[in-house]
Amino acid sequence: MANDVTPVLTASDFGSDQDVRWCPGCGDYSILAQMKKVMPQLGVARENVVFISGIGCSSRFPYYMNTYGMHSIHGRAPAIATGLKCVRPDLQVWVVTGDGDGLSIGGNHFLHLMRRNVDLKILLFNNRIYGLTKGQYSPTSPLGKLNKSAPMGVIDNPLNPLSVAIGCEATFVARSIDVNIKHLGEVLKRAAEHKGTAFVEIYQNCNIFNDGAFEYATSKDSKLDTTVELEHGKPLIFGKNKNKGIRLNGTEPEVVELGKGISEDDLLFHDEKAPEATHAYLLSRMRHPEFPEPIGVFRAVDQPKYDVELNKQVAAAREKKGSGDLDALFNSGETWTVS
Amino acid sequence: MSTTIEQVPTSTKQTTKIPSATIRFAGDSGDGMQITGDQFTRTTALIGNDIATFPDYPAEIRAPKGTLAGVSAFQVHFSSEDIFTPGDQLDALVVMNPAALKTNLGDLRKGGILICNSDGFEKKDLELAGETENPLNSQVLEDQYQLFKVPMTKIVETALKDLKAAGMSTKEVDRCKNFFALGLVYWLYGRDMDATLRFLQTKFGNKPQIIEANTKALQAGWNYGETTDAFVSNYKIDPAKLTPGKYRDINGNTAMAWGLMTAAKLSDKELFLGSYPITPASDILHELAKFKHMGVRTFQAEDEIAAITSAIGASYGGHMSITTSSGPGIALKGEAIGLAMMLEIPLLIINIQRGGPSTGLPTKTEQADLFQAILGRNGECPLPVIAAHGPGDCFYVALEAWRISTRFMVPVIVLSDGYIANGSEPWLIPEMKNLKKIPIKHAPEQTDGSKFLPYKRDEYLSRPWAIPGTKGLMHRIGGLEKQDVTGNVNYEPDNHQHMTNTRAQKVENVALEIGPQEVEGPETGDVLVLSWGGTYGACRTAVELMISQGHKVAHAHLRWVNPFPKNLGEVLKRYKKVLIPELNMGQLRTLIRAKYLVDAQGLNKVKGRPFAIAELTTAIKELLPK
Ligand SMILES: Cc1ncc(C[n+]2csc(CCOP(=O)(O)OP(=O)(O)O)c2C)c(N)n1
Ligand code: SF4
Repeated sequence: MANDVTPVLTASDFGSDQDVRWCPGCGDYSILAQMKKVMPQLGVARENVVFISGIGCSSRFPYYMNTYGMHSIHGRAPAIATGLKCVRPDLQVWVVTGDGDGLSIGGNHFLHLMRRNVDLKILLFNNRIYGLTKGQYSPTSPLGKLNKSAPMGVIDNPLNPLSVAIGCEATFVARSIDVNIKHLGEVLKRAAEHKGTAFVEIYQNCNIFNDGAFEYATSKDSKLDTTVELEHGKPLIFGKNKNKGIRLNGTEPEVVELGKGISEDDLLFHDEKAPEATHAYLLSRMRHPEFPEPIGVFRAVDQPKYDVELNKQVAAAREKKGSGDLDALFNSGETWTVS
Repeated sequence: MSTTIEQVPTSTKQTTKIPSATIRFAGDSGDGMQITGDQFTRTTALIGNDIATFPDYPAEIRAPKGTLAGVSAFQVHFSSEDIFTPGDQLDALVVMNPAALKTNLGDLRKGGILICNSDGFEKKDLELAGETENPLNSQVLEDQYQLFKVPMTKIVETALKDLKAAGMSTKEVDRCKNFFALGLVYWLYGRDMDATLRFLQTKFGNKPQIIEANTKALQAGWNYGETTDAFVSNYKIDPAKLTPGKYRDINGNTAMAWGLMTAAKLSDKELFLGSYPITPASDILHELAKFKHMGVRTFQAEDEIAAITSAIGASYGGHMSITTSSGPGIALKGEAIGLAMMLEIPLLIINIQRGGPSTGLPTKTEQADLFQAILGRNGECPLPVIAAHGPGDCFYVALEAWRISTRFMVPVIVLSDGYIANGSEPWLIPEMKNLKKIPIKHAPEQTDGSKFLPYKRDEYLSRPWAIPGTKGLMHRIGGLEKQDVTGNVNYEPDNHQHMTNTRAQKVENVALEIGPQEVEGPETGDVLVLSWGGTYGACRTAVELMISQGHKVAHAHLRWVNPFPKNLGEVLKRYKKVLIPELNMGQLRTLIRAKYLVDAQGLNKVKGRPFAIAELTTAIKELLPK
């Protein structure tokens, strides 16, 4: 595939001729810009890339990419992408979904995609609200949140997308933030390179219906204290002065200050390749305000991929039985002749 | 294994030649009645009779033993003539217990043969069937039927006593009584046991004891007929004069699966099936799953919606894509069917209908999803709908549906039903070289930098099938309304009207490919029977009967229920009365009345069972001039 690519492609080559129609200031713009920027670095020809989305503001994404794309129906993009990838393992397939699209109506497909580990990339734009339908609460809206469909506050316990994904045995799990463009670009690249389902949660600001939902994680003043960047093999250190860390107390994480008898070696070291998902799950449970929220790659392990296994079965069956003969099939078993 | 018509071991008793017979095996769902019926069918097919079968399963997998709900039956109609239905009234009925007798006796003709396993009529068996008296002791049965009380359980026990001594369990011995019944019926109708013996060898190759036990039971059944004085005569039915050629026995679901694989081959495609198990469609998934070596990819999805959407993904990727289900599943697929229609991509949506609504009668047949197929989506969403008329026809319906789907770039709905799916008939084996290719073109790559137009249409209004991986054709499609030609999202009022008209016209254009409606029988007349789907055989037989009695009655059977053939309106007007028999409450009739303004009459029932020919002839007679 890599040979097909003309090295001169730039971000703008990946932009389509369609006007982008998100609200001015929407976090989706930033994600689109990063995607266009990352694309030429992936060494995949435009005609071999497909974006598939469901329904929601974020799901307009494919229209804006000069690749193949399908804007489908609410929640079903993972299943469409699975079918496509099963028959076309040669393509690089991205799924773009929202927190409502992916976790609510599409929850079933989401979890089965994760457990099957189909080789595709799924980007969940999490704005903790329904944008397109104008402001109802979503499966990630926090308890008590006031909005159009919960005027007295949300009483549905929210889902944690990363915990769900890890619980479904996802092999690549990451989180980034729309405005954290360098980080986002790197995470997208890592997702593209992963073999298997790569799930990326992107904190995305809906400045119209849920403005500032992630302000704690994005504002210059607080972000160094409210987020912790994960790096494989490195201890979890955060804070403006890099003086805080996460330590394990039994099986529970706790925030500690470095110095005062605590050294880096006492901290939790990140291991994205841990074969058991326990470590990644523990990280996914760290929520603001008790903890800094981890961003980066939580988990990246290599496991059998559904589409690859399916095509291996086809090849193995052919090897064993030849490519089949329908005439022979029709004539198999008991037959008789009428003259 | 190919056989020419075989010589049957002849009985020394008197043999009566008859043109045809309908028999039914009925017992508890644990009694092996389906295997018995299936074996009888195969053997009978090998003799060269025409056959039609009707397996009837209980709704529960494990209904309480011996109860009315647990009765499993298999009906076979076999004949020296061309036949099209599994028969109305039974000439012979074999019952293994009182529940089977109670639920099936009503179908046995007066004077018909009634063989009962008298050992299955103990006190507790009677109680389970809700009987207080043993019906076998009643004079009524003796008077109205040729009643044979056969202590099958005991005879089989005696026949297998050596095996029992060698360690075979009572339960295993008892299980063989269905083969005793089979042997007895083989004797009664002069069938050869060879095919069944071969079946036992292949099925239980590594269990010699089971083979021996069943063989002995089979033989004991045959001997019972030959030696006891009870049976004075047996019957002979000559081979049918079918079109010369090589035949096999096939049921609707197998024929559908093979048709799909054949369509893939004829169009140089590999096949992708996205499916979620449901009765009575699951067997298509099971059958296709066996053929990975032929490039068949089956995906057992998490639900019906994923089943169809995965198929949409595969179709977008350039594969032959199919989704199979039954009514409840098709209901869930509705939105995605609309998406496929907006995308204008090929896709086959196969509905093996069963009794509805909701979970309805899962194991029983019905034709009540016609409205669902034609109208059951949001928005203006007409689609081509084709219906199979019998088991073997499923093969050709699959080919035709795929040909239309790819020629017009439109999803096609394929209707079959539980009766067709499980019923079987002799099938003239086709040769691949004689089947018409299904040519498919994909949009070629564009390297001159010109803009690709995904909705540019040809003379049929069909758009190009451009698949990812093709240079220069990058484009975006989706469920939102789009501008014609460019495919760009477009909400303009006139554009939506134009696109709606265009899609509808495209579906109407299918009529250009399907040819005119043909009629069996007189060109004009008193009554036209208009049918669709699985009622074909009953309608055809009834009309032939009426014609042979000198009535001016004709039969038109619709293969495509949408669009209708161009000349259908004109055909309908050539007859004084139009009768539309359906296993629903009048769905085709409503469509026909609305479209052609003819006063079509209905014959409708939803009892989970196909039409009897007599029901049809009665209805036709009522419409004849008095
Ligand atoms: C079957 C169906 N049900 C409901 C809708 C309406 N709908 C469209 S988008 C949406 C929610 C989108 O929320 P989210 O996935 O969070 O995306 P966002 O718009 O916030 O990016 C809903 C309920 C629909 N299009 N289809
Ligand atoms: S409603 Fe919110 S998510 Fe949707 S485009 Fe506007 S800002 Fe973005």
